[in-house]
Amino acid sequence: MQAFDIKVTLGRTPVLHGVDFTAKPGQVTAIVGPNGSGKTTLLRAMTGEIPFTGRVLLNGEDVAGQKPWQLAAIRGVQPQSTTIAFPFTVIEIVRLGLTAGLSAANTDLPVRALEKVDLNGFENRMYQDLSGGEQQRVQLARVLTQIWQPMVDGTPRWLILDEPVASLDIGHQFTVMDLTRDFAARGGGVVAVMHDLNLTAMFADKVVLMQDGRIAAQGTPPEVLTDATLTQTYGCPIPVNTTPPAGMPFLLPQARMTHVSC
Amino acid sequence: MSLAVGAPSAHAPPMDRRVQARRLTVALSLLLAVTSVFSLAWGASGTSLWGAMADLIAGRELSRLDRIVLFDIRLPRLCLGILVGASLAVSGAVMQGLFRNPLADPGLIGVSAGAGLAAITAIVLGAMLPPAIRELTGNYLVPISAFFGGWGSTLVLYRVATRHGQTSVATMLLAGIALGALAGALSGILVYMADDSQLRDLTFWGMGSLAGATWAKVMAATPIILAALAVTPFLARGLNGLALGEAAAGHIGISVQLIKNTSILAVAAATGAAVAVSGGIGFIGIVVPHLLRLATGPDHHSLLPNAALLGATLLLAADMIARVIIAPAELPIGIVTAVLGAPVFLWILLKRRGALGL
Repeated sequence: MQAFDIKVTLGRTPVLHGVDFTAKPGQVTAIVGPNGSGKTTLLRAMTGEIPFTGRVLLNGEDVAGQKPWQLAAIRGVQPQSTTIAFPFTVIEIVRLGLTAGLSAANTDLPVRALEKVDLNGFENRMYQDLSGGEQQRVQLARVLTQIWQPMVDGTPRWLILDEPVASLDIGHQFTVMDLTRDFAARGGGVVAVMHDLNLTAMFADKVVLMQDGRIAAQGTPPEVLTDATLTQTYGCPIPVNTTPPAGMPFLLPQARMTHVSC
Repeated sequence: MSLAVGAPSAHAPPMDRRVQARRLTVALSLLLAVTSVFSLAWGASGTSLWGAMADLIAGRELSRLDRIVLFDIRLPRLCLGILVGASLAVSGAVMQGLFRNPLADPGLIGVSAGAGLAAITAIVLGAMLPPAIRELTGNYLVPISAFFGGWGSTLVLYRVATRHGQTSVATMLLAGIALGALAGALSGILVYMADDSQLRDLTFWGMGSLAGATWAKVMAATPIILAALAVTPFLARGLNGLALGEAAAGHIGISVQLIKNTSILAVAAATGAAVAVSGGIGFIGIVVPHLLRLATGPDHHSLLPNAALLGATLLLAADMIARVIIAPAELPIGIVTAVLGAPVFLWILLKRRGALGL
């Protein structure tokens, strides 16, 4: 997935000043940056949700000329938050993912997708009665249903996520991030806007750090997540790989014991 | 309550609402058939459907009076009731899906008023049209005008109430009030200009009634309403997707703009034709989809056909009440549907006050 010279103006304020972006299939690409740096705007421009100038290619083809159903077959987008207009049940929401793509024939996918996001047994619950984190996982299950296979006929499909772990507890943050890793490992591409730098360091192959509508740095997590870069971008001294003062508890997702499932 | 729902292992899994909805479709079809028979059998005159059927079976000729009552009064009225009831309920359901809001109803947000204004304009000023056009449109002039009136008001409303793909409920309801008031005022001016015979047409029409049902009206409304209803099955998937919001609907492969345009056209056609032949009959479009969503959920694949069936049944029932409650006089059916529907509307409003941010 490539984007060239993306410019977005909201109202009269320029929000993105000509951003070039590349994400490779088989990788998890994280977009990070302070609030208001243009992360979500970049994602929304690349998925065609807001007007922009520039060009976006998906698997080498310009998305501009493609129909919604063509794009839906190769790309699933999870929004940041979704309010649902009517009292749908969880399974009805997830089934909406079946309406597109090649998965449409396989009708046990919604149930399997719910299992993947650790929501088995939630099928007939009302979506509106769920907590924010549960709703977010329902939406992810819907997107997974839509693009179940990361590769179809040698062509990668894309999972595009806007803050997928924002309102999740730490256990489910792992559930979701493991899913993205698995999707990339099987050949698909993942692009995610992230706030959590620890999870980003753990799970991303490539990090794109944004600041004031421009890309401040990009590369592997060790290249981008350095004292100097973060301090400069976030405007606050953030030493990397430093233990806090003695006596203050801290827990890092990186310390997860991989042989114990959670 | 959520605790009880949260323990599904203790009970058999709840039935798939798709199965329930299909059963409901069968039940509603039967109910409509039964109601239709009663509607034919019931009326102010002494004519009895059963007597007439006994006559027919016995090979006897029907009396002239019975023939007129059954075939020229009650049968067209039945057909019109079914068409109008189905139109109003389906228009309501489509509009609610489009606006992502259970309170959007053509009657409440000025679409019916817009259609009504256009219909009145056609009745009062239609005579000024060149004869060629009047010849061409014939009986269809009023329904066609109503269609364009409904279409115009829906477009204006959608433009006003929708920003960045999200529809504001407050703006929609307020714009609807403004639109309704404007259409009402312009209609008033036209009524003031009308001559005696036009006034009589307008009075009959404005009461919101199936009383003036004739085969000519049925024939004028049928093609427009059937065309509109025939489109709606193709909207079901799109309207379900729109519940996620416009952007998310696009991401699951729905041509959002196409769905919006088609929905608006279908609503305008169905509402316009219904208003043209029966005046303003309110609340069917709110009550029917709401009851069905409570029963089998908001999936438009079943909601739309079931709304057509229940809408038709409910309007026939309301019509029966309207014509027998103060027989031999007749209550305008709009009064009956308002008495039944307004409390339901208030109930939805109260229940969803928080969610709507009102």
